[in-house]
Formats: sequence, C-alpha cells, structure tokens
Amino acid sequence: MGGPRITIVGASLAGLRTAEALMAELPGARVTLVGDEPHLPYNRPPLSKDGIEALAQGETPETEVFDKLVLRSKLAPGQVEMRLGTAATGIEGGDVRLADGTLIRSDWIVAATGIRPRRLALSGAMDRRHVLRSFDDARALAAGLRPGARLVVIGAGFIGCEIAATARKLGLHVTLIEPAPQPMLRALGARVAAAMAAFHRRHGVTVLTGRSLERIEADRVILDDGQAIEADLIVEALGSLPNTEWLAGSGADLGDGVLLDARLIAEGTENLLAVGDIARFANPLFDAVPRRVEHWCVPGQTAKRAAETIAARTRGEDPAPDFAPMPSFWSDQYGLRLQAFGAPTLAETQTVVEGDLSRIGAAPVIVEYARAGQLVGVIGLGANPATLARHRARLVAALAPSSPALSSNVTA
Amino acid sequence: MKVHVDMSICLLHGQCVIAAPEIFSFDDAGGLVWVAEIDEVQAGDAEAASDACPEQAIVLG
Ligand SMILES: Cc1cc2nc3c(=O)[nH]c(=O)nc-3n(C[C@H](O)[C@H](O)[C@H](O)COP(=O)(O)OP(=O)(O)OC[C@H]3O[C@@H](n4cnc5c(N)ncnc54)[C@H](O)[C@@H]3O)c2cc1C
Ligand code: SF4
Repeated sequence: MGGPRITIVGASLAGLRTAEALMAELPGARVTLVGDEPHLPYNRPPLSKDGIEALAQGETPETEVFDKLVLRSKLAPGQVEMRLGTAATGIEGGDVRLADGTLIRSDWIVAATGIRPRRLALSGAMDRRHVLRSFDDARALAAGLRPGARLVVIGAGFIGCEIAATARKLGLHVTLIEPAPQPMLRALGARVAAAMAAFHRRHGVTVLTGRSLERIEADRVILDDGQAIEADLIVEALGSLPNTEWLAGSGADLGDGVLLDARLIAEGTENLLAVGDIARFANPLFDAVPRRVEHWCVPGQTAKRAAETIAARTRGEDPAPDFAPMPSFWSDQYGLRLQAFGAPTLAETQTVVEGDLSRIGAAPVIVEYARAGQLVGVIGLGANPATLARHRARLVAALAPSSPALSSNVTA
Repeated sequence: MKVHVDMSICLLHGQCVIAAPEIFSFDDAGGLVWVAEIDEVQAGDAEAASDACPEQAIVLG
C-alpha cells in the first residue's frame, strides 16, 4: 500500500518547495511534478537584475548564468517524478491530463502554475516587444540590451522599474511610461512612490506618469497625448494574469487566481490546493479579505502549509486552523535595496520614521505604513539590516492577534 | 551540522535572521553573523533559513 498520489502542476519555486515539504512530511507520498518549461526549476528575481545583466554583457556563457539560477533542491534524484516540458491541460475526474495525452492519477492536486505577463492590446512592432517572466524571456530581451539602444518600458511596477534601472546600468536610453500618477504607487503609497520617481529621474530615466500608449509604430510609440518616443526595444510590464485556465471545470473559484480556505484547499473542491503566486487566501494578520500576493516568500510559506494540510488529512487529522504568514518583499534598483515587510499596500498613511525621502539612495530611509491607526507594514530603503530587523519585530508585535489562543499559530 | 554563508553572494536580505534568529543575526554594523556549528535540534531551523534565502547563499553540511 503506497502513500497518496500527489500531482503538483508548475515546476518553479512554489512547485519545487511543495514537493520538498511533502517528502519531508509524508515520506511515502508518490509525487509527480509537472512543468511546461523545459528547464529545471529556477529562481526568477535575478531575471530583472544581475541575471539579465550577465546575459546582456555576454561575458559569462548562457548555461553558466542559468546554472546559477537553478534552485538548489533537497530532493534526492528520483524521489519525485519530474515531467518537465509538458503542460497540464485539464482536470478529468480528479486526475490531471497532460498535453501529451497522459492522464496522471491523483489523490491530491496542487496548482503551482504562477502567472504570466499581461500584454498590451495593441498591434505593431511585435519583433521588438518583450515581456519578462521566464529565463527564455530574459534571454530574448537581453539580446537587445545594447549600449545606446532606446528602451521604452510600459508599466512602472517593480519589474518595470528594475528593468529600467538595469538598462541604465548597461548604457541604454530609457523611458518609463506609467498610467498611474507615480511608479510602484500601489505597493509604496504616494510619498515613497514620488520619491522613487525622482530617484529614477536622477539616474537618467525619462519617467512619464499619468500617460498611456495610443499606438505602436515601426520605430516609435505614440502616447495618448500625441507625444512620440523613439524605441528600438519595448518591454511590456503591465502586471499579470494567473495561469488557471487548465483548472476550468475543477469547481474552484478562479476569479483571480484560485480562491482558497485557510488550509489552502480550493473552495468548492475536496482535493485541489494552490500555492505561490496564484494562491488567493485571507491572511488573518490583516483581515478576512482573500488576496493574491506576488512575493518570492509566498511560494515557500504556502508550500509548507499545503504539505501540512495533505499530511494531516492523510493521517485522518485536521491541520492547525490558522495560516498567517508574514509577507516580505525586496527590490533592487541602482544598487538601492528596498525591503518591505507586512502589507504596505493596505495602508492609508505613511510615516517616515528614519531618514529623508528626498535623499533616497544617499542615506537610509525607513517608512511605517498604517491602516486605521494600526501598523500594517514597514519599508526600508537602503536601510541597515540590523535596524530593519528591529522594525520588523515591532510590526510582528503590532499585528499579533490579542487572543493568546490564536497567536500560537502565527508564523512569524 | 556545519553552517556556512557564502558572503560573495549574500545580499543581506536577512531572511535567514527571520527564519532562524538563534543561528543568524546582524551585528550593529549590519554585518551577518552566524553560529558555525549547530546541533541536531537546530538543523530544521537552519534548513528553513537556507530555503528562505533568496540568493541560496547558505551552505549546510
Ligand atoms: C523578473 C522577475 C523579478 C522578480 N523579482 C522579485 C523580487 O525582487 N522580490 C520578490 O519578492 N519577488 C520577485 N519576483 C516574484 C517571484 O519570482 C515570484 O513570486 C515567484 O516566482 C512565484 O513562484 P511560483 O512558483 O508561484 O510561480 P512561477 O515562478 O511563475 O512558476 C509557475 C510555473 O508553472 C508553469 N506553468 C504554467 N502553466 C502551466 C501548465 N498548464 N502546466 C504546467 N506548467 C505550467 C510556468 O511555466 C512556470 O514554470 C520576481 C518575478 C519576476 C518574473
Ligand atoms: S537570507 Fe541569504 S542573502 Fe539574506 S542575509 Fe541571509 S544568507 Fe544573506
């Protein structure tokens, strides 16, 4: 009698960590890890930072750059079955159908299919338009990152801003176009976002906010106010769409990612879980609103939780009731480390508790974020890690539920 | 178990300090310090820290 058959779809950070956590919790589990990319699971954050820089410079062989990105795994060879280079196309009678026709019998299915970049609904210049999510995307974009080239980045979220910073370092002319009033506005709030816009301008980026694209022509883009900007290269960094099409018919709520309960089981299903960027769940540290969070820390946190749930169920038990992971996020721009804890995006007020926003990059800045007078997040910009660790502890204390019965399950 | 951090790739994210504060910490200058030799009981914490490190800078052996 073997352990449960568990099929994990999506072989990236969340999928790999889930496989590892399952093998640790349930050594008898029979795990299959399915991924549509041909590559071993790898780390994405460097793809907008030093990874793409190395690809563009071309001094290090591509395979060497990739080897550095490959996620180190605790799995022994053959411990889980890997099906790389094959997409899952659907769920049939509780089993997973692959593009090559195989049906993988499954007692549990874990969805770890992540997100893909949203594309502009405009035609034109397709050969010079890029997105950035995968190693293959990075490789294609890097080929055009040549000194003196004119790069237009559409969308000034973290990925757009990081590409802009990396491209400046590589000697490109960069224009950053953002429909919102400031770059990274939702994540950072108005004051910090405005300071970051100024920081990008000081580094030579033309930042155009409150503007959108009207048209793409052969060698330029036309903005909604008629302004034309020459472009050798265009990056679309407009946010993302969850890869959940293969889950249609599973019974899950796929409104935005996969809606999950506190055990990470999809609402409306018995044996479907989701982890990583597609996981939408309420975090009791903040409130009861289910949200998707696209941070690197989430795959690791949700992978552990999903494995706990499956292991507990296999033993005929229930997992601990609450799941309250502390979110964290970082970004690197022009050598400045931005480090966030909690959920600054939920705040309506920001208080600079250390430093001066006009001197971002020159001296450390720490900003606290509050909602209804309650601390919900903290961001450090070039902050000393020891100082930041103390601010994080303050945040953990502020978010701890007052009931001691609840606090025992809070993952700090 | 031996703990080592490859300081040529560590970017001082501090995720390890959060995951395993008994093993990793920052000194007042913001430098990373760690316990080089740990016992069985702490091995799980060290592994959690190693998983949480975005640069994969922590080597356990
Ligand atoms: C360029 C870039 C920079 C980033 N920088 C940072 C940063 O500085 N800090 C930070 O906190 N976070 C950062 N992130 C976010 C972080 O990398 C993500 O949160 C993380 O990769 C999410 O992991 P995941 O496994 O959930 O999804 P993904 O990594 O997207 O993996 C999903 C996998 O599933 C595969 N897949 C999709 N559909 C199917 C299917 N039907 N069948 C089989 N396989 C399928 C995909 O091809 C992919 O391999 C960055 C992301 C990118 C792209
Ligand atoms: S988490 Fe990794 S990169 Fe960050 S301080 Fe620890 S060892 Fe260094």
